Amino acid sequence: MSIAKRQFDAVVVGAGGSGLRAALQLSESNLKVAVLSKVFPTRSHTVAAQGGVAASLGNDGEDNWHWHMFDTVKGSDYLGDQDAIEFMCRKANEAVYELEHFGMPFDRTPDGRIYQRPFGGQTRNYGEGPVKRSCAAADRTGHAMLHTLYQRNVRAHTQFFVEWMALDLIRDQSGDVLGVVAMEMETGEVMILQAKATLLATGGAGRIYSASTNAFINTGDGLGMAARAGIPLEDMEFWQFHPTGVAGAGVLITEGVRGEGGFLLNKNGERFMERYAPTVKDLASRDVVSRAMATEIKEGRGAGKDGEYILLKLDHLGADVIDKRLPGIREIAMKFANVDCTKDPIPVVPTCHYQMGGVPTNIHGQVYTLDNGAEKVVRGLYAAGECSCVSVHGANRLGTNSLLDLLVFGKSAAEQVVRDIAGDKAHKDLPKDATDRPLGRLARLDGATSGESVAEVGAEMRRTMQLHCGVFRFPDSLAEGVRKMLAVAERVKRTFTKDKSKVFNTARIEALELDNLVETAVSSMISATARQESRGAHDRSDFPNRDDVNWMKHTFWSKDGNRLEYKAVKLKPLTVETFQPKARVY
Amino acid sequence: MVNRTIVGAHYGLRDWLYQRITAVIMVVYVAGFFVLLCNGPKLDFATWRMMFTPQWMKYATLLFLFSLYLHAWIGVRDIVMDYVKHAGVRLALYAVFVIALLLYAAWSVRILWGI
Amino acid sequence: MRFSIYRYNPDIDAEPRMQDYDIALEPTDRMLLDALVRIKEHDDTLSLRRSCREGVCGSDAMNINGRNGLACITKLADVKEPVVIRPLPGLPVIRDLIVDMSQFFKQYHSIKPYLQNDTPEPEKERLQSPADREELNGLYECILCACCSTACPSFWWNPDKFVGPAGLLQAYRFIADTRDEATNERLDNLEDPYRLFRCHSIMNCVDVCPKGLNPTRAIGKIKEMMVKRTV
Repeated sequence: MSIAKRQFDAVVVGAGGSGLRAALQLSESNLKVAVLSKVFPTRSHTVAAQGGVAASLGNDGEDNWHWHMFDTVKGSDYLGDQDAIEFMCRKANEAVYELEHFGMPFDRTPDGRIYQRPFGGQTRNYGEGPVKRSCAAADRTGHAMLHTLYQRNVRAHTQFFVEWMALDLIRDQSGDVLGVVAMEMETGEVMILQAKATLLATGGAGRIYSASTNAFINTGDGLGMAARAGIPLEDMEFWQFHPTGVAGAGVLITEGVRGEGGFLLNKNGERFMERYAPTVKDLASRDVVSRAMATEIKEGRGAGKDGEYILLKLDHLGADVIDKRLPGIREIAMKFANVDCTKDPIPVVPTCHYQMGGVPTNIHGQVYTLDNGAEKVVRGLYAAGECSCVSVHGANRLGTNSLLDLLVFGKSAAEQVVRDIAGDKAHKDLPKDATDRPLGRLARLDGATSGESVAEVGAEMRRTMQLHCGVFRFPDSLAEGVRKMLAVAERVKRTFTKDKSKVFNTARIEALELDNLVETAVSSMISATARQESRGAHDRSDFPNRDDVNWMKHTFWSKDGNRLEYKAVKLKPLTVETFQPKARVY
Repeated sequence: MVNRTIVGAHYGLRDWLYQRITAVIMVVYVAGFFVLLCNGPKLDFATWRMMFTPQWMKYATLLFLFSLYLHAWIGVRDIVMDYVKHAGVRLALYAVFVIALLLYAAWSVRILWGI
Repeated sequence: MRFSIYRYNPDIDAEPRMQDYDIALEPTDRMLLDALVRIKEHDDTLSLRRSCREGVCGSDAMNINGRNGLACITKLADVKEPVVIRPLPGLPVIRDLIVDMSQFFKQYHSIKPYLQNDTPEPEKERLQSPADREELNGLYECILCACCSTACPSFWWNPDKFVGPAGLLQAYRFIADTRDEATNERLDNLEDPYRLFRCHSIMNCVDVCPKGLNPTRAIGKIKEMMVKRTV
């Protein structure tokens, strides 16, 4: 069977924030770009980001990028690479101004500048108190940003392949990536998209947990493709649990609620964060707040019939502030918690939200593998956004740094692509086996007449992650989790769908997505079991402390034999002094 | 001819505006006419005829009727635009409506000034 | 709970049909989308679009008991049984509840949905007063779900020529933005008996918008600006 082939300078996989930012840069550099997306671009999960994007504009009180950098390093629990963090924090203002020039409808201060609000872990003068650093468009910042970026791409005539799913990377003998094999969902047609540069911008895989703020489409497709192509995944044990997901529903309630003055209460009406983080209280970083909440619930101070949730109180802000700054939250509370938040508190629980790890990349978005512990760039492959691990978020991401991450690194990755392919006139020849893996996967599914149900195996995977790799992690439970997850991975190889149609076969899409999810889940379980310390979002009962002597290093998991390797954290920033690891108190 | 969707006729506002203005004229006239009827003597053919004898009433009524025809023309054309896709048929229908409305207009003048 | 769902797969079916489902729901299934996902667990051949499941991405717009809405924010407690679910009306069906939205997006693109400003960019942000920014409220929140346009009879009759409520709402979003300098061009672009003036203020769009937006008001404002410009 011959497969259609098209050639591009660059292929961007994913059309969320980072994919669109990168695509824009590439289109405006007059490259021939194809952007693949499983959904229409404005349906990507960036749309659900609420609270804001971090930049030390100082529009309401003094601020500078050094403070932002310190907060990010501290927030990462010193696992973040300080060169990358400096790079990101220094570029923040430019990235946000650029977005404003693109037409982003930011809220405004009385003097007409971009409105900024406080957020968790963002402080003034190296931890003295909260600072207003989160640039916001009400509580719909992600929506406003994603639409603005899409609109700008329309202006730049970017070519989109909407409702196309990338199946696998094409990697040749010498390890270079030469494009992707993708499937058009509407027709089931498979095509080779050959490219001098392939940029992964596929977002996270938060759907490996049962309770997740993530969209259905967040299935870690880039991670799965990379893992199958022999590229390691970095720091996959670090999963952020957002303190405030609506209890039972998982829908996100922005940290901006606490930024605007809301706070958390236990069943006794106590503002318990005062005990855990005396200085910034409810605006401590997310891992700290989530752990505090989980502790309250565990120790029997949770609210609700079974003491299963915490209350987020914001009625004291008044209906005016809520309607002006948090209108979406009011809507969500009404719909998903049956609560009018101008009168009653919202029931919330820590909910899986963000993947700190991902495909290892440097600050130029180049993906690398480890060669005897040293970084070796994979020619032709780039990554940006949640699917990548630069690592700016280390062991815990600060709220509003993700939108910043995707703007800064989406652009820098694209700029590197432009530099790298400037001299390349011709496409490299494709290897003979270019389509073997993806076609094999499709053929197996098409041919399967019986097997495991995608829904059941998927549910088992999510339960296992939830139970064995949650906010608190225990040695026996982790070990059992690994056993269970390896069994799940075996079952995934035998999935089967009743639907064999070519036309918009979403059952097949879900089966293909599960292939990607399970790579993420296995890597997370195994990486978490190996890390014998507590750092950021990774909290182990048997190793309750951070171990800077042995564990100031990044985990690299490879699919081949579930092999683990490590690489030291980059403590040296680009121009400033290193922030030495200190005890982390908020 | 190439089968392609073409828009950009660069009109529309004027007609939309005429439709609003004519509607207002008709409402004012009908309201005034109603008041006249209610306050007048018992309605028989003689009074009805009498009502239309003043020159101002003739002009007012003519304005009303012309507004009605213009309003009807725009409305009918809108409906044809929605439901009649064939350009030839559409043009023919337009012609029928326009001729009919012009005849009505002439007839209106004749009736009013024939009193 | 009982459902009657529109099914059509061009690979298999000669004609569309309605299929009945009677399924047991879990206590956690609160929204219509939860129920549809539950149905798909039993019958994986049912195709639908869905993503964020919280009403911000606009994927799962469909016709629910005769009314357009988003499945993910439609409470099961609020719908009458059997719940009759059909694809959005007026657009070609690809399969089951999935419609071809190209026409809808083509109209959205036709209004040049991006900020146009040729003045050199300042070092920092362009200033905009809070009052001017407030003009964009009720406009920029659109999620392009197409509930409105596919509830609009004028869009049903002329989807190729009438911009439709969603596109016009966005047209006004840029007209209303003090940073946009292309107001005249935008008004010129809409001065057409079809593109704008097919709107007869039926207000189905306002009735169904899951985000509570009001395209009719925006359209009214566009007409008002045209009048001001002309007279």
